[in-house]
Formats: sequence, structure tokens, C-alpha cells
Amino acid sequence: MNKKGILYSNALYTFMAIIVGFCVGAVLLAAAGIDPLEAYGKLFSGIFGNVKCMTWCVVYASPLIFTGLSVAFSFRTGVFNIGAEGQFVAGSLAACAVGVLADAPAPLHALLCISAAVAAGALWAAVAALMKVKRGINEVLSFIMFNWLAFYLSNYVVNLPAMRRTGGGEATKDIAGTALILAPQGLIRLTGCSAVNYGILLAVAAALIIWFIINKTTLGFGLRAVGYNPFAAKYGGINADRAVMTAMSISGALAGLGGAVQTLGMSWRLSQFAGQEGFGFQGITVALIGSSNPIGCIFAGLFYGAMKYGGTKLSLVNAPAEVVDIIMGTIIIFIAVAHIFRNFFVLKFAKEKGGECE
Amino acid sequence: MNVWIKDLGLLINAMLIATPPLLYAALGSCFSERCGVINIGIEGMMTIGAFTGAVVAYFTGSGWLGFLCGGLAGAAFALLHAAASISFGADQTISGTAINFLAPGLAVFLCKAMFSNSSDSPALDVSSKLPKMLTGVFESGSFGYNVLSTYYAAWLAFLLAGVIWFVFYRTRFGMRLRAAGEHPQACETLGINVFRVRYICVVLSGFLSGLGGAYVTLAIVSQFRPSVIVGQGFIAIAAVIFGKFTPQGALKACLLFGFCNGVKSLLGANNTVSPNLISMIPYVVTILTLVLFVGRSRVPAANGKPYVKAR
Repeated sequence: MNKKGILYSNALYTFMAIIVGFCVGAVLLAAAGIDPLEAYGKLFSGIFGNVKCMTWCVVYASPLIFTGLSVAFSFRTGVFNIGAEGQFVAGSLAACAVGVLADAPAPLHALLCISAAVAAGALWAAVAALMKVKRGINEVLSFIMFNWLAFYLSNYVVNLPAMRRTGGGEATKDIAGTALILAPQGLIRLTGCSAVNYGILLAVAAALIIWFIINKTTLGFGLRAVGYNPFAAKYGGINADRAVMTAMSISGALAGLGGAVQTLGMSWRLSQFAGQEGFGFQGITVALIGSSNPIGCIFAGLFYGAMKYGGTKLSLVNAPAEVVDIIMGTIIIFIAVAHIFRNFFVLKFAKEKGGECE
Repeated sequence: MNVWIKDLGLLINAMLIATPPLLYAALGSCFSERCGVINIGIEGMMTIGAFTGAVVAYFTGSGWLGFLCGGLAGAAFALLHAAASISFGADQTISGTAINFLAPGLAVFLCKAMFSNSSDSPALDVSSKLPKMLTGVFESGSFGYNVLSTYYAAWLAFLLAGVIWFVFYRTRFGMRLRAAGEHPQACETLGINVFRVRYICVVLSGFLSGLGGAYVTLAIVSQFRPSVIVGQGFIAIAAVIFGKFTPQGALKACLLFGFCNGVKSLLGANNTVSPNLISMIPYVVTILTLVLFVGRSRVPAANGKPYVKAR
């Protein structure tokens, strides 16, 4: 990549935004009387300290990569999937229900759970898509409603007699061992992380597939065309209604898959929620940091997962873990205004070289 | 008969509790959506308002001062959103999402920093909450007590809905803000400063959202907790889309929501149905109403598009 290419690329500005985010967080920590170096030291040793920490970060990242992909895919197809939260919950609920109630041999059971989660996530989004296509109802509105419906439905199912665990705890019974997607025992012992699972492999595979669909297939071209301009796409012979249905279903399926990875890989049961868990909303951040690029979402998801896991270590130095949210928010706002800097730098570079500028 | 009247009183009481915070935030959302700036950060602005309201009331003992400061805190974050999305032409959804991380993050961060690492602020006593009207006139639990002896700030929300309707449709500023959301270029050629109109509207939206958040902590919950707002800002946005981006429509939508909440708390009193199923009522009713009666809502034409002067 030449110098001009670097100045144009999103990665440079994302990197700058991350540095600014950490600076803002440091100022706040210092203002609250906490040594920022000590707090960040704890954060980074919580992330890179040893193999166990790094593995946990990856485990935390897998579901976020999925919701990030879900939102990124929706951005590329002209829809704003603020409903990834609900689709994620629908997916984890379906995976958990099949995992607890059904009975099947090892790889098949997990496959059944994952299929159920994909179907549930896709369905949760498809209903909102249908409302948009048939009745013109703004998808942001229906997604917000469906988020809460999923939330209460999940809490309802968790408390059903068939699902609820006996002997206390507001959660379901443990999912059958045959349905879990845990890595082999050897790897668990080697890394010291009790929840190493295949989620990250699934996430990377999904990102590659989505990248391929968006960029290399007729389907992806049609979806993007509808996203850019539905009227022009219609004029060009693309069935816009069907494209919206397809795009939103795929987006929902991805979020649902994320729910399955979280339940089958890490939590092994579903607890009653007190408030929305935020995987879907965090997915919006992942998509933004990854500039809506599926491959970018892998790295953005890993970054967010690491910050989320590292943030849990901050309490050791009495620093509020919320500083992670503040850093994330600052990063997003700087990514949002990055094009100003880009124009500035690119113009400057062009002037120095005496070349053309746009 | 008496039981019916009492139940009706309870229903209206629950409505009067649930509606005002949503209404404040929804009226705020109306301002920003109609002037052409999507404000998805309402949720965050409500949270910082809720925190500031509770803390100011705790230290000063004045509910009204807390309420006002809650509004100002929301306005401060709205100013950030305005600067990013109006002056710097940032994507409005992105900048709003950032607010939703920043504001609640900062609220809980400050709360922990101020109250020895506790994410809940200390409980407020009645004297430092918002005042109720007609206290001591009605017998506790009677219809009049439930309906009339309520917070001044609750009725203020309904009053504001009327005032804002007037501003939108009967004043020059209202006409300008609606024009700025439909066709900013045409607006500018007529000598209207689109940037200024949008700045005012977005800051107002934050102020009203902050009031909504402060109402929650100062009237309903009596302390700040991280979970105190969760989701209400998004529901306010939903109410505005439902109400087709008009203040009167948003009022109807918020009342429908409040009514469903009233039904919810009446049904919830006798534990026959699962509370989780009952909690779904407002959302199911909203979806059904949308599908059956409301349908398409037309988004203001310039909504979400950064306005660039030199075009």
C-alpha cells in the first residue's frame, strides 16, 4: 500500500480513534483519582497477561463478531438492524431449548441447536421485514418492539417448569453435554480457559462467507443495489421487496447464530435477564469500528471482546469498568468525524506532492 | 361499582406514572427528527439526565433543581451530538450510538467515583423528590388520590405536548424547523440559518430527554441505578415513529404505552398470569396497532442527511 493509500484507508483513522479513546479514558480516570497507568496496566495484563487471558478474550469476542456481522450486513444492504439484540436472544433461547429438551448424539445435537438458533434469529428479523414490505412499517420501530418481545419471551421460557433448573437459581437446566460446542479437553487444559469453544472458527467462517456473498455474488449485488437506491434497483429489474426480506433474514440469522455460540459455548444455560444484555447494541459498535466490512468485524469483535474481558479486571484497582464504555463511545464518535481528518490529510499530502486532489 | 372506580383510578395512576418520562423524551425526539437530525442517543441522554437529577437532588435537597439539571445534562450531550452531526457532518446514527455508550458509561462511572464504588446513588427522601400536588386532600387509595394527587411534573409533560404542538404549527420557528427537515437547501436560500435551527432543535431534544430521565429518578425510582432507564429512550423513539413524527401523534403513542402499562400493573396484581407474558402487552399492542391501523409513516425527507452548505 503506498502512502496515499494509507491516508485513504479506514484502518489508520480507526487506530487514531482508539488512541484518542484511551486518552479520554485516562483523563477521566485521573480526574476520579485513579492512576491511569496502573488501571491500563491492569487492563492490558488482563488481556495479554497469559494464554488463559487471551483465550478468554477470544471467547468473549466470538458472539460479538456475529452480532457485528449482522449489523454490518444490514448496513451494507440499506437497513439499520437495531434488532440484533432481539434476534440474538431469540437465537440463544432456541439453542438452549433444543439443548435442554432434545436428545441426540454429540455432533448432531449441537448442529440441531445451531440450526434452531439460525432459524429463530432469521424468523425474528423476517417478521419485522414482512411488516416493512407489506405495511410500510419503519423497521427501526418494529425492531425495538421485537427486542423487548424476545426479552420477555426468553424470561418466560426460562421459568417454565420443563426448562427451569431445580434447586434455586433463576436459570434453565444445564444444556446437555452433547449439544455444547466446547473444544477438546486437551485444549481446555492447555489454555486453562474452561470455555474454549469452536465459536471463533464459526465466526471467522461466517465473516468470510458474508464477505463472499456481499462482494462476489449476484445476490449480494442485488442486496447492495437495493441498499443504495431501491427505486433504481427496482427499475433495473431487482425485486426490492424480496431483497429486503432476504437481507433482513440473513442479518437476523447471523445474530441468532451469535446467540447459539454464546449459549452453547460459554454460558451453557440461559439465565433470567434483569435488563437487556447488549450483545446486539455492542454489535452496532463492532460494525462501526470494522467499517461495516465483514473482515473488519473479526478484528473489531476481537478488540471489543478483549476490552470487555479486560474491563472485568479493572475492579482490582477500584477503577469502574464503565471506563471501557466511555473509551468505546469516544472511539465511535471519532470514527464518525474521521472523514474530516481524512480530507485534511489527503489534501495536505496532495498539495505537498503538487498532485491532483479530489 | 366502587371497585370499578377504584380500579379505574389505579389504571389512570399507573398511566400517569409510565407516560411522562416517555412523553418528555418523545417530544424531544420530535424536535430533532423533524429538523432533520436522527437522534438515536435519546437513551443515553435520558440516562445522564436520570443520574444528574438524582445526584443534584441528593446534594441540594431540591427536586426541581435536580429536574432542571437533569435536562441540562441531557442538553450537554445533545450539544456533542449536534457538533458531530451538524458541524462535522458525521453519520447521525453513528454519533447517536456513541452517545448511547458515552452518557450511560459516564453516569455509572461518576456514580462509582462519587459514592465509594457503588453503581447506585443513595436513596432520596421524599422532601428532595419532585413535589406532588393536592397532598392530604384525598384519602389514601381513593380514586381522587390516585388520579389527582400526582406529580406536578407529570402534568407538565402533557402541558408541554400542547405547547410544542403550538410551536411546531403556529410559530415561525416551528415552520422553519419543519422546513429544515424537509429541504434544507431551499430553506437556506430563503435566508434561514439551517445550522442554527438544527442546533437549537437537537439541544432541545437532549434537554427534554434529560428531563424525562430525571423524572424517572426523581418521581418514580428515587435513586439512580444503571438499569433505571434501560430501553425507555428507544421506546420514546418508537413512539415518535408511531406518531408519524408529530407531537400530537407522539402524545397518543405515549398514552397508548402508558395505558398498556396500567393494564399490565392491574393484571399483575393478581398473580394468575406469568408477569413476563403480561409485560409483553405494550409491545404486542403497539405492533398490532401499527399493522392494523397506522401503517406507513413518512420520514422527514432530509432526515439523516448531513447538510453541506456549499452545494
